[in-house]
Amino acid sequence: MSILKERYYMEINIQKRVLEANETMADKNRRLFKEKGVFVLNMMSSPGSGKTETLCKTLRCLMPEVATGVIVGDICTRNDADRLETTGAAVVQINTDEFGGDCHLAAHLIEKSALTMDLAALDLLIVENIGNLVCPAEFDIGENAKVVVLSVTEGEDKPLKYPLMFQVADIAILNKIDLLPYLDFDAKEAVDNMKKVHPGLPVFELSAKTEEGMEPWVQWLKDSVAKKGY
Amino acid sequence: MGIAQQMISIALEAIPKDLPDPRVERLNLRVGRMAAVVEDSLKFCFEIISKGTCLEGAQLVIETVPVRARCRKCHHEWEVSDVVFTCPSCEKGEIEVIFGRELEVASLELAD
Repeated sequence: MSILKERYYMEINIQKRVLEANETMADKNRRLFKEKGVFVLNMMSSPGSGKTETLCKTLRCLMPEVATGVIVGDICTRNDADRLETTGAAVVQINTDEFGGDCHLAAHLIEKSALTMDLAALDLLIVENIGNLVCPAEFDIGENAKVVVLSVTEGEDKPLKYPLMFQVADIAILNKIDLLPYLDFDAKEAVDNMKKVHPGLPVFELSAKTEEGMEPWVQWLKDSVAKKGY
Repeated sequence: MGIAQQMISIALEAIPKDLPDPRVERLNLRVGRMAAVVEDSLKFCFEIISKGTCLEGAQLVIETVPVRARCRKCHHEWEVSDVVFTCPSCEKGEIEVIFGRELEVASLELAD
């Protein structure tokens, strides 16, 4: 830090990354998850894309073969945790309104919740992030992979409006394809837009409701967990 | 809110403890065009959280950093003006963003 005295004011040089503290904690989480042998997936989307329902159906396909736990974040209510618990998975709910109502999950919250779980008994930990396409893209939580979920009831240009989220995602899900016959939504245009922002982004088109297209997504999860060698 | 809180915390830590009654005139930030920050929201959150601190009333000055990308295949570098991330030179998609994701507190200016 240097101090330059100039005329009527003093300028203090800082040059510090705002998210440095979060990144340090995320790295700490990453080491913890590796030590415990858990593959961690950060699931993000706007509110109402069908994350929870997709997760419920996914958990029923994965377990008991892949021991899975979930940390779910919402500003308030335990509704999502209650739904997810019916699958038999270990679930922890984070409500950010208990400390200011943050619109994203930060690394220190994930650490706190993860430490209440029996991580050594898990192969896979899925973090269902708060419904928001903006801030969660900036907050590393120590995950192995990020998935962004877009639904056919949103606009095809969502990826162009939220390029950072689609850039940082490792894979994408296009959900609610069972509704396509009733909408003017152009699925090809939506997927093309995702690939304009992130060339080569793998996209799974599925319906959590009817379970059409679920298999390749579940297989990707199984392969990812296996490849990590845990 | 979280980002504004962290920003203010970084700024307050940078002010020497022995300065009598410091008052911050300006807080200078560097924010990349791709950073997930909405300028108006950030300014609003900053105003709320800075109340009662020596940052209250400070002007938030944001230097916007354009997005620059580099192609991993042909090493071409360019400024990305729209959101299309394909290399304009070799048309491959293996690019890395080298500038444009900054979210930094650059400096602060104290009133005399």
